[in-house]
Amino acid sequence: MATVGGVEYSKIAEIKGPLVIVDDVENAAFDELVEVETSDNERRLGKVLEVGNGKAIVQVFEGTTGLSISDTSTRFVGKVMEMPVSKEVLGRVFDGLGRPKDNLPDPIADKFLDINGAPMNPEQREYPKDFIQTGVSVIDGMITLVRGQKLPIFSGSGMSHNIVAAQIARQATVIGTQEEFAVVFAAIGVQYSEAEYFRRTLEESGALKRSVLFLNLADDPAIERIITPRVALTVAEYMAFELGMHVLVILTDMTNYAEALREISAAREEVPGRKGYPGYLYTDLSTIYERAGKLVGKTGSVTQVPILSMPSDDITHPIPDLTGYITEGQIVLGRDLFRQGIYPPVNILMSLSRLMKDGIGEGRTREDHGEISNQNYDAYSRAQEVRALAGIVGKAGLTDIDLKYMDTGDIFEKEFLTQDIDENRNLDESLSLLWKTVSSLPRNELTKVKDRYVEKFYQGNDD
Amino acid sequence: MVAEGRIVWVSGPAVKADGMASAKMYETVTVGEAKLIGEVIRLTGDVAFIQVYESTSGLKPGEPVIGTGNPLSVLLGPGIIGQIYDGIQRPLKELSKVSGSYIGRGIVTTPVDMSKKYHYIPLAKKGDTVGPGAILGTVQETDLIEHSILVPPDHAGGELVEVVSEGDYDLETEIAKIDGQPPLKMYHRWPVRRPRPYKTRYDPTIPLLTGQRVIDTFFPIAKGGTGSIPGAFGTGKTVTLHQIAKWADSQVVIYIGCGERGNEMTEVLVEFPHLKDPRTNKPLMDRTVLVANTSNMPVAAREASIYTGVTIAEYYRDMGKDVVLVADSTSRWAEALREMSGRLEEMPAEEGYPSYLASRLAEFYERAGRVRAEGSPDRDGSVTLVGAVSPSGGDFTEPVTTHTMRFIKTFWALDAKLAYSRHYPSINWMNSYSGYLADIAKWWDSNVSNDWLNVRREAYNVLQREDTLKEIVRLLGPEALPDEEKIILEVARMIKIGILQQNSFDDVDTYCSPEKQYKLLKLLVDFYNHGQKAIKEGTDLVHIRTMAIIGALLKARMEVKDDELAKLDELSVTMQKQFKDLGGRR
Repeated sequence: MATVGGVEYSKIAEIKGPLVIVDDVENAAFDELVEVETSDNERRLGKVLEVGNGKAIVQVFEGTTGLSISDTSTRFVGKVMEMPVSKEVLGRVFDGLGRPKDNLPDPIADKFLDINGAPMNPEQREYPKDFIQTGVSVIDGMITLVRGQKLPIFSGSGMSHNIVAAQIARQATVIGTQEEFAVVFAAIGVQYSEAEYFRRTLEESGALKRSVLFLNLADDPAIERIITPRVALTVAEYMAFELGMHVLVILTDMTNYAEALREISAAREEVPGRKGYPGYLYTDLSTIYERAGKLVGKTGSVTQVPILSMPSDDITHPIPDLTGYITEGQIVLGRDLFRQGIYPPVNILMSLSRLMKDGIGEGRTREDHGEISNQNYDAYSRAQEVRALAGIVGKAGLTDIDLKYMDTGDIFEKEFLTQDIDENRNLDESLSLLWKTVSSLPRNELTKVKDRYVEKFYQGNDD
Repeated sequence: MVAEGRIVWVSGPAVKADGMASAKMYETVTVGEAKLIGEVIRLTGDVAFIQVYESTSGLKPGEPVIGTGNPLSVLLGPGIIGQIYDGIQRPLKELSKVSGSYIGRGIVTTPVDMSKKYHYIPLAKKGDTVGPGAILGTVQETDLIEHSILVPPDHAGGELVEVVSEGDYDLETEIAKIDGQPPLKMYHRWPVRRPRPYKTRYDPTIPLLTGQRVIDTFFPIAKGGTGSIPGAFGTGKTVTLHQIAKWADSQVVIYIGCGERGNEMTEVLVEFPHLKDPRTNKPLMDRTVLVANTSNMPVAAREASIYTGVTIAEYYRDMGKDVVLVADSTSRWAEALREMSGRLEEMPAEEGYPSYLASRLAEFYERAGRVRAEGSPDRDGSVTLVGAVSPSGGDFTEPVTTHTMRFIKTFWALDAKLAYSRHYPSINWMNSYSGYLADIAKWWDSNVSNDWLNVRREAYNVLQREDTLKEIVRLLGPEALPDEEKIILEVARMIKIGILQQNSFDDVDTYCSPEKQYKLLKLLVDFYNHGQKAIKEGTDLVHIRTMAIIGALLKARMEVKDDELAKLDELSVTMQKQFKDLGGRR
């Protein structure tokens, strides 16, 4: 993204952390793109965080290593950072700042778009309700994803979040249409092997040609991570709302993003909020997550599946906490299930899809979908209580009905939850398994399901 | 003279400008070439510190800042109902006409259509003397709202020397004249940070009925009262607030989406026009105003959105209406305060929040109340305030929750554990409270049953005893308890499933009338008393547990509609018969 023109200043007052403070600046704008040139003519990019009284504070994306007070010059480009977009970006691989990384030339730009986007007008949003069949029973049956939703995966170090996300990316379809999703994948500070896993699965399934990859790997500059999700989403929005495609965006790992943000905040000596993260972390995260959605009068959609690893598996940590307040639900992976070798290891009780209620039911999925899902939540939560109790008083201290709930819990985990990495179950199979699970209970335990559905779908033989 | 200065510094939503010596605190200003809207929040010498309500990207030092001479105000008049506004009362529909799918900057619009004609019926006659707040006449704003045209509260009033006759007029028409006073039109402006005056204030004694059993029956709120609903994410805050906005028996609902999800506002916009008010059978949108400043919209306008909303609420209150204002979420508003405070480099108090957080919260909740409005004729209206709180990590000891608890009287504590087991609404019955119970019991006495308070107390007792027994069960297992205690666990479970849980997505269960609430609860309390009696007579608990009636009792909330309450009486008869048939079976 080389640029010409702009105003050049070379009086550097201070360099600290990722920040360069430039003196005697006139005519610089807040948020403006800045090119920083080192003594050996290396060019880096940055943006203005604060300007006034002749000073500008510039955040350098590639870090300040090697910059000096005397030999650094800065050029204020006169516009905010933009991403060149066109249909040609499909199938390409870019770095974390949106520059080609696949040794191919720059794509010919159709447009240059501000990477920060603009807030969607809520009045112009279209409420998302198209059910996406992911082929993963636990998601389709109980944490339904819909087109235009933002549904993160909350995971912990070492767990199988990437495999789950890749399975979603490969299998996602909308029932009744054969439309496939275009995939925008943004690696934010992840290891090479994880990014490579995604690239390979996309390639093997033939999805790479309708994918765009943005890679900021673990050894790439940390501050660049502030930009990576934004360039990725700018491309996703272009594909969705100008080219009319349905786009699935996978952002991994948002924890690295938040840490980069904390680094800048600390360098600016801002008053910290919880755990040293800046007080505006919520607002900042929302400017990423809220870029999912559908718009009135446009055919495409942006569906987001951000992945974040919860430090020490703690869901109350500020990053998962604030994310959960913005996203439309969460898929939580459980360490216990993972240890038992269950895949996908989804902790269903802590997981939730807020848009599920409108994406399912008669005419969309099946009339009994909502109620049977609720009944399973109820039964599985009871099974967990009973298991805990059995750990203390032993099975002998349990009532007959308690024992039945324990069985239900086992069937739930072994038959409904468990599936293969490349097993693509259709919705009816998933719902049928949900009925199978609770059919090990007596009929009158099914208090969340209307009688007429019990008549129709109950597979037990009691009464 | 209005101030005209120049930008000297920009950082995010905060801008400093010099040459602003004549600016006033909380005056609105236009900032930069793009004419962004901002508000003066600090003055030092001739430098004004301005919070800008729009994105400041691209703003440069040297660009002009021009004062307007006015504080941040809202326009009050017919046309507000059914609108969706941003935090500073710009209609989002109008914004989309200018800037399309995304929110643009520096767009100037009027909050309502000034040229739309309304059919005006004058009430005050020529020669009448009217004071501030008096009703001049009325227009029909929507099918549901008769909108009273008021003499502005800051208008001196006097003798009407001219009055228009009944007819169709637009908002700019002078509809009445008082010598030596500003013209009276169908609208006026009011500064959002100044509470509108009233004559007297009453104690809240009438319940605000929401159709939600755990609220109305267990933790009620009164008209003119204050309530707060804190909860970690995923505990169902928004669904509960939507339920209140849908079913509360008020005439006007103001829903403020303050720093929350865009799709939630869209949901209200899509859903409310199709939902019917159960009392009037008209679309709910005909009584609703939305103020939407979603999380990714500029943070300073989030701070303003709360005041914009409550000022509109007070305006409808002054017409003698009951208004409910729902704010989701006050935590995001507090965070906006924190962000501006940080940029002002103020000394932070707890968790970086400014030291004036508590007083700002207090000021906001104090704008609730049931009042006698100013001016003639006499009329009573109310503003009920319900604020969501989003405590970080679900921790109720954080500053916004703890300070809020000091200023509200009803506390609906959402519980992540209940939500995880899909017990919705996940209002924890042990941690929640209502300070209005005694005040509103009289209303239930005279309108539903004079037994209400007793039945509620008996049911609540069962829940309380279950809470203590649970500890024993946790250590020793349920078999360690005698039958008369086991039945407490059993009935508590029935109350949880049959009363406390409510499915907002079920057509029948979503709204529960006060009569149905009472009858359902009475059934379970009777079940409990019959059960205890049967056990004393020697019946084995197993026979009670397996009674055929139980399934029907638990599903009655979904299966019995509000207009078939006789079915509940039949259930009661069947239940008593089944107990009789038990007759001490061992």
